[in-house]
Amino acid sequence: MNVLEFSLLVGVSSLAAGFLGALTGLGGGVVLVPLLTIFFHVDIRYAIGASLISVIGTSSGAAAAYVKEGFSNIRIGMFLEIATTLGALLGAFLALHVPTAALAIIFGLVLLYSAYLSGRGQPIVPLDDHPDPLATRLRMNGSYPSLSGPRDYYVHRVPTGFSIMFGAGLLSALLGIGSGAVKVLAMDQAMKIPFKVSTTTSNFMIGVTAAASAGVYLNRGYVDPGLAMPVVLGVLFGALLGSRLLAHVKTRSLRIVFSIVIVALGIEMLYKGFSAVM
Amino acid sequence: MHSKPWTDRRMENIVGNLLRAGVLLSALVVLSGGVLFLMRHGRSPSDYRVFRGEPSELRHISGIVRGALKGSGRGLIQLGLLLLIATPVARVAFSIFGFSEEKDWMYVGFTTIVLAILLYSLIGTS
Repeated sequence: MNVLEFSLLVGVSSLAAGFLGALTGLGGGVVLVPLLTIFFHVDIRYAIGASLISVIGTSSGAAAAYVKEGFSNIRIGMFLEIATTLGALLGAFLALHVPTAALAIIFGLVLLYSAYLSGRGQPIVPLDDHPDPLATRLRMNGSYPSLSGPRDYYVHRVPTGFSIMFGAGLLSALLGIGSGAVKVLAMDQAMKIPFKVSTTTSNFMIGVTAAASAGVYLNRGYVDPGLAMPVVLGVLFGALLGSRLLAHVKTRSLRIVFSIVIVALGIEMLYKGFSAVM
Repeated sequence: MHSKPWTDRRMENIVGNLLRAGVLLSALVVLSGGVLFLMRHGRSPSDYRVFRGEPSELRHISGIVRGALKGSGRGLIQLGLLLLIATPVARVAFSIFGFSEEKDWMYVGFTTIVLAILLYSLIGTS
């Protein structure tokens, strides 16, 4: 394959990944690395570098729209970004020393877990109306627009959420993904933040988290321009198309198909990792 | 003197525009670098099977800017990627200003910590 053919094929695949990622809400990053390593035989380190940068692009693009709707909570996001960026920094340094077979295995497990989460659907978490002293001191409680006017909410269990976020940042850096699923988990389950607020705030945080490890990757030579160019442009354009179409299509069956793809890629990554070890 | 009070809403609007402009600008730079790169190297064989690591002029800010100014396709792509990484960093830097306008010193502190971590990753690790 020459460079032109490679760029076109990778560009089209990344476009599809970005498109489906935006439509299903699962994010394109999670399928990008397996796609590049399994079908294009790209070394996993180059794949992670390119994917990480495309994650910054989609997160910033989507956050630009969300932030104006008034759902995302800039204070919760900023406070938790201390945890995610520290985790990301640690993850980026770890990635320099972890063998690529181990990266593939961890990646496979994360893929299976994401598919499980999306299959389980959106958990209903009862909102707690009692203010938590620490969250109140940190001025995290807020309100969001709803059909019946602004609704107030209270944030809980800040230390637990903070610790999970550290893990989310670490995972994001290690694998070059947004790890939005883990972020939403921390905010929904642990901190009892309303779903719409947690998803948009998480999206807002993904770009900053990924930027913290992207610097390390760039400086260590993991970001190849010839590979990152079609990946970043493809994912960006695909995500843009996906978010435009989101209001007009039913995504349920699409989510199921995409989840099956994720499971298949997860098994393939596990196989790839284990066969390199043995 | 501010004509309008400085509020979270206003800050969020500016942040939204900043993010959109950053993504658009970097996509354009990556695209123009990509066109140059494909015109010059489109027919060369492509191989990413073996990890070699990028040469130092494609790793560090000064080298990337120099390459881009010389009209190197790869250098321009890296510059666009660097702009994309810088977009959330600029967002965080702007938030420090926003929180200080609100006189929310606690969040000025938190945001400064995040900015320091980001700058360390981008500059301190090279």
